[in-house]
Amino acid sequence: MEEFKKAVERNIAEYGFPVALDEKTGAMQWVDMRKLELSYLICIDNIAPFFEGMREGKLLTTKCKKCGELFFPPQKDCPNCRVSEMEWVELKKEGVLETLTVVFVRPPSFAMHDPYTVAIAKLDDGVKITAWLRGDPRKVKPGQRVRVEISRRKEGYLMYELVPIEG
Amino acid sequence: MAVAIIGVGHTKFGNRRDVNVPELAWEAMKQAFDSANVEQKDVDFFVVGTAGLWSSEAAVPPLMAEYAKLGVGSMRVEAACATGSAAIRVGYTAIESGEADVVLVLGVEKMQESTNPTVIEIIGRFGSYFWEFENFGLTFPAYYALHATAYMAKYGATEEDFARVAVKNHYYGAKNPNAQFQKEITLETALNSPYIAWPFKLYDCSPITDGAAAVVLASEEKVKEWGIEEKVWILSQGVGTGTANLSKRESFTSLKSAAFAAELAYKKAGIDIDAPYKQLDGANVHDCFTAAEIIAYEDLRFAKRGEGVELIRNEQTYIGGRIPVNLDGGLKAKGHPIGATGVSQAVEAYKQLLSKAEAGRQAEIKNGRWLTHNVGGTGHYSYVTIYSLEKR
Ligand SMILES: [Zn+2]
Repeated sequence: MEEFKKAVERNIAEYGFPVALDEKTGAMQWVDMRKLELSYLICIDNIAPFFEGMREGKLLTTKCKKCGELFFPPQKDCPNCRVSEMEWVELKKEGVLETLTVVFVRPPSFAMHDPYTVAIAKLDDGVKITAWLRGDPRKVKPGQRVRVEISRRKEGYLMYELVPIEG
Repeated sequence: MAVAIIGVGHTKFGNRRDVNVPELAWEAMKQAFDSANVEQKDVDFFVVGTAGLWSSEAAVPPLMAEYAKLGVGSMRVEAACATGSAAIRVGYTAIESGEADVVLVLGVEKMQESTNPTVIEIIGRFGSYFWEFENFGLTFPAYYALHATAYMAKYGATEEDFARVAVKNHYYGAKNPNAQFQKEITLETALNSPYIAWPFKLYDCSPITDGAAAVVLASEEKVKEWGIEEKVWILSQGVGTGTANLSKRESFTSLKSAAFAAELAYKKAGIDIDAPYKQLDGANVHDCFTAAEIIAYEDLRFAKRGEGVELIRNEQTYIGGRIPVNLDGGLKAKGHPIGATGVSQAVEAYKQLLSKAEAGRQAEIKNGRWLTHNVGGTGHYSYVTIYSLEKR
């Protein structure tokens, strides 16, 4: 895209239009001048206790008061009972690693991070959780015991992550 | 009312910066109209499968109504990477219900209107946005890599096994003039490519592709009225939906939605669910990543659980094996223009069943049945379709 941008600057001045030739096909491209920046507003008001819990180092989630189903990620409503009477319960922050991957080719919005390990673990309470895994991914495999920790990320905000339990 | 494919069109896949969206779509539509020998005025309804976001034009149905002079009802369909099959479903059900007699189904995607990093950013967001992408930056290879790791741990498959899928699909892609990569590769090339999302390397991943494919669907009545001889029937289609979050799933060695869709499709087509490959001549499966093809063998019951990897090790999915798979190069070598892929699979089913595939990649047609398996998102949408020379 950088080459395109340079060509466009030159071509606007010399040729009169924001155009550039595609390297592979040689075909002329109009290089769009209208850039879009996307960033959503996502309502978390109904699961605010989840974030409150993280502030205190706890992993909270919702449990239906009627049927007892435990939901993670937390959700406002129980579809079994069609009620919204949920209680907030604290999850045990330990479980077993089920799978993992190391993301080498990152999205541009994650460019500030080194390659990161994403894992899914099954917590002892029975629910599964997806999160980054701390440490050397070559030293762990599915079946490894892990715990959940809440820490500040590079972006400065709090988030849960998985950490292998030694021994 | 039985539904048949009576004409097909398929563009060259790859970098198609030589055309814009309507020009690319028209390439496939023109071929489909020509091969079906129908006029635009014969079409009662048209469906456009396109996922978009990476390309400039969002309103593709009106764009094509204008460009191709189609004045009837239309619908845009999106089901991530299964968009093309979802578009076929709309056409198929419109005819089956008696709402239409002739439907054009178009799948089109111009992913290379955006840069690779932008496309990587967009596709990562096809998972569960908040719980997977926003905080953990999952990419598409990564979602499937989570399955690959689980499969390796459970069944002892290796990165080399996954590379074998790439070698096979490049072998057949080299024989397909519409494929993005028409080049055979060695196991070493695949194994020495850089990591994208461990355990996946570059050659485990389908590419970013521009392309379009189209089919003309017609009712049994129209087929009779027009005396159409070259046709392929849609025998059955099963559809499944998976959870948004991977963490809500029991297993990562299977896509439940795909197994569900397969069962529905087999039952409706009257195919023996215990050994379906005996009643099929071949299949196109959704090999967006190499390991996904192996898992598909099992979800489709071409092999027992844990034995899918044996099929590729023993070359049982080449021509002459238990069931030939992805003889057009699959998503891996043919390319994966999201909205066009499902329609491209239908085009391939038509070509294979009518023995119109290029030399070296034509399966032997004995049973007259071909299966396509198209998965959107991370197992979010699964479509299994069975095409047949004979109607039910
Ligand atoms: Zn309940």
